[in-house]
Amino acid sequence: MEKISQSVVKKDHSPKMGGRSVYVADYNTAKNGDGILTGKILHSKVARARIRGVEVPTLPDGYYYVDAKDIPGDNNVNIVLDDMPVYCRDTVEYIGEAIGMVVGPDSKKVDRILSEIKVNYEELEPVLDLRTAKEAFFNYEYGHGDMDKAFAEADHVYEEEFETGYQEQTYLETQGMMAEPEEGGSMYVHGSMQCIYYVHGAVKRVLNCEPEGVHIFQDVTGGGFGGKEAFPSILATEVAVAAKKANAPVRCVFDRREDMEYTSKRHPSICRIRAAVKDGKVTALDCDVTFNAGAYSTLSAVVLQRGIIAAPGVYNVPNIHVTGRALKTNTSPCGAYRGFGAPQTFFAIEMMMDHIAQDLGVESLAFKEAHLAKQNDPTSTCGKYHFPVPVQDMINEVDKVCDYRKKKAEYSKPQTGRYRRGIGMSMIFHGAGFTGSGERDIIKAVTRLHKYADGRVEILASNGEIGQGVRTTFCKIVANELNLPLEKVFYDHPDTARVPDSGPTVASRSLMTVGELLRRASIKLREIWKDGEEQEVEERYRQPDFMIPFSLEKFEGDAYPTYAWAVNAIEVEVDTLTGVTKVLGAYGNFDVGTPMDYNIVMGQMEGGFLQGIGYSSIEKMDYDDKGRIRNNSFSDYLIPTTKDVPNMQCMLHVEKFPDGPYGAKGAGELPLVGVPGAYLEAVEQALGGCKKHKLNHVPFTAEDTLKELMKEAE
Amino acid sequence: MDALNFVLNGQKVSYEGSANDRLLDVLRDEYDCKSVKCGCKEGECGACSVLIDGVLYNSCCVAMGAIADRSVVTMEGFRETERFAVLDKAFAEMSAVQCGFCIPGMVLAAEALLSANPHPDEEQIREGLSGNLCRCTGYNAIVKAVGNAAKEGNGLW
Repeated sequence: MEKISQSVVKKDHSPKMGGRSVYVADYNTAKNGDGILTGKILHSKVARARIRGVEVPTLPDGYYYVDAKDIPGDNNVNIVLDDMPVYCRDTVEYIGEAIGMVVGPDSKKVDRILSEIKVNYEELEPVLDLRTAKEAFFNYEYGHGDMDKAFAEADHVYEEEFETGYQEQTYLETQGMMAEPEEGGSMYVHGSMQCIYYVHGAVKRVLNCEPEGVHIFQDVTGGGFGGKEAFPSILATEVAVAAKKANAPVRCVFDRREDMEYTSKRHPSICRIRAAVKDGKVTALDCDVTFNAGAYSTLSAVVLQRGIIAAPGVYNVPNIHVTGRALKTNTSPCGAYRGFGAPQTFFAIEMMMDHIAQDLGVESLAFKEAHLAKQNDPTSTCGKYHFPVPVQDMINEVDKVCDYRKKKAEYSKPQTGRYRRGIGMSMIFHGAGFTGSGERDIIKAVTRLHKYADGRVEILASNGEIGQGVRTTFCKIVANELNLPLEKVFYDHPDTARVPDSGPTVASRSLMTVGELLRRASIKLREIWKDGEEQEVEERYRQPDFMIPFSLEKFEGDAYPTYAWAVNAIEVEVDTLTGVTKVLGAYGNFDVGTPMDYNIVMGQMEGGFLQGIGYSSIEKMDYDDKGRIRNNSFSDYLIPTTKDVPNMQCMLHVEKFPDGPYGAKGAGELPLVGVPGAYLEAVEQALGGCKKHKLNHVPFTAEDTLKELMKEAE
Repeated sequence: MDALNFVLNGQKVSYEGSANDRLLDVLRDEYDCKSVKCGCKEGECGACSVLIDGVLYNSCCVAMGAIADRSVVTMEGFRETERFAVLDKAFAEMSAVQCGFCIPGMVLAAEALLSANPHPDEEQIREGLSGNLCRCTGYNAIVKAVGNAAKEGNGLW
């Protein structure tokens, strides 16, 4: 193992282990006499309505009702477009939308006031069904080759539809944010978040102030997984407006039910794929991708872009046509979640390939192998796989660990007992960093290193520690390059008043992109290093020269500089009496380049892999005919416990990326993305294969299994 | 009404509030035990786990009246012990702490498990920690850390 990969004690281990870390809910409360007011949101109770009026009872001294009228600037939360209001305008568009906020010193009184407020709704007909939704926030199309010819000459044409559900991030710490007016009139906002500069931009606009008029600090953050990418901008603007009005610190921490129902989740999707097959090979893929965006557009544009770029999977198919739409419904806006649109489309293509193979009577893995893209092949968007594609080697490594091919053959024999087994495999990529030219044109990351006279070096960047280890790995890179002991390098939680904008903590970009900037900054510092002096260096993002420029209009070029790769195998046993599926083994092989810390990377892989198994199997969330999410607690929305997948084995395959620090690539999202395809292929095999039971949606729960088995009885 | 007496992290304390108050809230707000985290307030996630007379409870589901004359241990107390030091080292070596929010509860669950069964096998560790949700780690590192702590701390439990 390379030196940089050797694990160290994480920089944030000790305070977290001992329960000393201060999360936003842990600052003292008004009860202890320090004047922090509790804010609670008045959420819409209907999915679509015009607000005729809001009757607020007479408020006791020190209590406030805050709404859109109190906003000094623009009633828009700046995310990608400007459609999400801070507090609702004339209408509400989903159950949970913020109408206003009640603020005061005693949280029980705040609750009572909230319950006494009467909202006069003029109800309108909501759009709830993705299949009948018409309004598209975003509509994309790309392709290459001759589709008509490929379909005309095909021996077989297959057409199938795949569906995926919501997934809730369920970070253990719910969303929470606090705003404190400062002397001199500036506003200090801090809380649980991934992206301090996103929050900064949003709050600045809503308060109508100069950039210096507001500063944002990331408190210790109890998990994000994408859920704290955009939503914190919304909550931060809400508490900032309230703090401005009350002229006192205001904190709003969501309870679990609020968080599950009203914050952003993974987009439910429908993917329709048509495939042309000639001489045993897929010659054309026509993919139509639909995402349920919810009531406002928030991040749906970029989630959809990533989703449709992945639609043809890891395969080299000569003729491709992809369309994608993010449709408006009157439901909670969906947003970022680990994988960012790709789990949905990879699921569809992996199942499609498997089903075609089964229909052709060929072994599914061999069929996929025959289509794998290789180095220098074109990507779906006519970019290029510039670096070696290690998927075939990774498949062989997984096979060696779990005897995949042998088990696949064995389980394909007819099974008649109560317990039946199956195994499935999926293969996926994840392009790290922003899609297309986003890093160069939008983010323009800047980092600094500040050396103190005593020789300690501080990293100045805006990427937040959310459990993924960035406070440790960043320091390891700098310490390694400067040949300093790790204790001499530190990276505190970022505050926009102190650190430059190195971009958001998203898209598996922090380590690969910002980590490389820090490595280069370290070289600069090393070259000018003078003992006993205070020194500072800066480094800015440069796009790698080899990239084929990406056009978002045409969806053409290199969408990502490089790709991380994953091959997953999942082995299951289905109890045909209860419908319960037991995961006998989950085997993940991940190429994230050089691991910057073996344990940290394995922690990311194992955590993401298990989230993916949850997404595929038990994490079911849905809304009723009023648009209300029914699964809003841990008893109705199940996430995996210690007992669900005891045999989960992750391994690393290293294919270095020359433009990442020491060869590292993006890691965080990769382990989740491919799981649904492997899981459902395994369950389907246990049930007798796709000719008997053609499965095409996740999550696939015990109830779904029983429904399938009932078809046999009929 | 008489004050309610109990022992918190080894200290005798008297609580003047209602017997109906929630232990989680009282620990956080009255006694500044901020290591006790609120993850759901419904007894499902384990983030607010504390030990009551050595037994693991979700403090969100315990009324103050139920702890009269009993002993409550939170991470504020447990982190001063030799057993904690062993668990601390084991968790650090496995990098088993990610976002950290579940950790105080998880570590107390490990303490409750090891107190009842000093040499658990992997299945027993998984059973013992099954009431504590962690969304970050996939649990493998935590399970291994608890197993390593049991070996290292031979005789402590």
